[in-house]
This record gives sequence, C-alpha cells and structure tokens, in this order.
Amino acid sequence: MRRPASWHVATVTEVAAETPTARRIVLDVPTWPGNDAGSHLDIRLTAPDGYQAQRSYSIASAGEGTRVVLAVDEVPGGEVSPFLVHELSVGDQVELHGPLGAFFVWRAPEQGDTMPAPVQLIAGGSGVVPLYAMLSAHAAAGDATEFRLLYSVRTPADVFFRQELDALMGVDYIYTRQTPEGWPSPAGRITREALAAAALPAERSPRIFVCGPTPFVETVANWLVELGHPTTSIRTERFGGS
Amino acid sequence: MQHLDGNVLAGPLAELFAFDATMASARCGGCGAVELLATAMVYRDAMGTVARCAHCDHVLMTIVEANGRTWVSLPGAVLRAG
Repeated sequence: MRRPASWHVATVTEVAAETPTARRIVLDVPTWPGNDAGSHLDIRLTAPDGYQAQRSYSIASAGEGTRVVLAVDEVPGGEVSPFLVHELSVGDQVELHGPLGAFFVWRAPEQGDTMPAPVQLIAGGSGVVPLYAMLSAHAAAGDATEFRLLYSVRTPADVFFRQELDALMGVDYIYTRQTPEGWPSPAGRITREALAAAALPAERSPRIFVCGPTPFVETVANWLVELGHPTTSIRTERFGGS
Repeated sequence: MQHLDGNVLAGPLAELFAFDATMASARCGGCGAVELLATAMVYRDAMGTVARCAHCDHVLMTIVEANGRTWVSLPGAVLRAG
C-alpha cells in the first residue's frame, strides 16, 4: 500500500521508561496514514527563538491506525533525544514527517506468494526498534514465514520490549557488558563465530535486516557476506554513534 | 561523528520527489556502481547532508535545508526511479 509522507501534528498520549536510558513514547496522530513495519519518521523541534532541530526515529508500531509508538534512547549531549526522553510530557504536541523509507521495511507476503524466504533480524542496542515492529507485524499477520531475532545488548536491563520479546519464539541475545545470572557465555561483543552460530545459515537463503550503531551494522554486514550471504539479501540501517 | 546511510534521506527528499527516492537506483559518477540510494553512506553536520558512494566515496548528492527550504544537488550521480 502506498502511504505518502507528509507533515503531521502528533499529541503525546503516554510516556513510560523503556530502559534506564530509553523511553517509550505513544503518539496520537489523527492524520497518520498507517505505516509499514520498519519505517521511520522525522521529528522536528522548534525552540522559542525559531531554531529547529530534526532527527529520524524508527517506528515501533506498524499497520493501520493513528497510534504511533516510538522507543527513543538518549544520546548524551544530543540535541533532540534528551528532550524526548526527559522533557516531553503527555499532552505535548510535536511536528513529525512520515512515514518514511521503503527500503528497510518488511511486508507480509501476499496470498499466492510461494515459500517466502525465512527472515533473520539482527539488532544492536536500540536498533531493535524497527525490527520489533517487523516481529509484531509478522505475528499480527499470522504469517508462517520463519522469523528470528539476534539482539546484541549491553545488559539485561537495557533490553527494549522485554515483555513482548519474551512472548515470542526465536529470539537470541548477546550481552556485551553484563549477562543474566547463569548465562552460558561471558559478556562480550558479538563475534563472527557467535553470528554464524545464531543466525540462519546462507544455505537457507534468509532475508536479513540489520539495524544498530554504524560500526555494529558494518561489522555484522561484512561478516554476513563472508559467511556466504549475498549482499542483495542484506538490508541495513545505521543510526550513527553507539 | 559517525556516518549514517541513505535511509535517512527519505525525509528531506520526500519534500522534492513524489516517490521514495531512497528506492531509486543511483549510478555513481566516480566508479559507475549502481546501488539503491538507501545504501549510500551519509554524512550530516550543521551545514547539511552529503551522500557518498559506498564503494568509492565519491560525492553523489548534497542536501542543504535552511529557512524552511531544501536545496538538493546531484553532482556525481544519475538517479533512476522505477
């Protein structure tokens, strides 16, 4: 479905702590045309003196409706995210532009599509947000395509959508700073071997979506190519600094 | 500052194009590689946005947004939609 991007005025209806550094923000956008899973929007803030700052945020929700969910991690010293995480309150209005991006999106297979390829999602930190949207759109569609998520995250407390992910099958975690008690492997960054062990192998021809900090995405994407995945089956979205 | 990628161009380019330009194929004027604009490397600072070829770093596109206006220049790329 074509959903043209335009500017909207959104009203904050809920805010809640997502992790110690991130916040879930629920917006009501009366003019929203709905969005594909994985797409993003640009938020524009205007200071009283007219100065404007704009940043892109992945959308955690998908499908029809005027309820739009974001999960924003604070970038210390950032221009926009500290405001969204600490200052923005229920009832506030923000300007947003969207839905944006047709590249990093997942759509449920059409009826008649034969044997859709399995899907491997790979998240670094808050890069899980658009991938969570894909997982929930997949669940909501009752789609039989195999989906897996490999989620690299600092500590158990930093996991976004913990409750929702616990209810889903096929989620693997890599803890980079601190593991849960009794975790079988020590905390540490993702390795090529860990990626090869957890991700669907190239023989199964998965479609792969990788989202996270730029160094994470580029490291993982290079390893995936070394592991035999064609570049055309790997879609990436970088959000900059970690 | 870390670079981003062409996904982030969707917003600024939606002000100019009726379609999602990040899904357009861009041919690099430097090395000739043809890739979706969404896969370009993107560098942003207060002055504006520069998209570079992921293969050879050649400048494909610059975007400057100021005073509610957007200027887009494609010095080193040919875009093909559809």
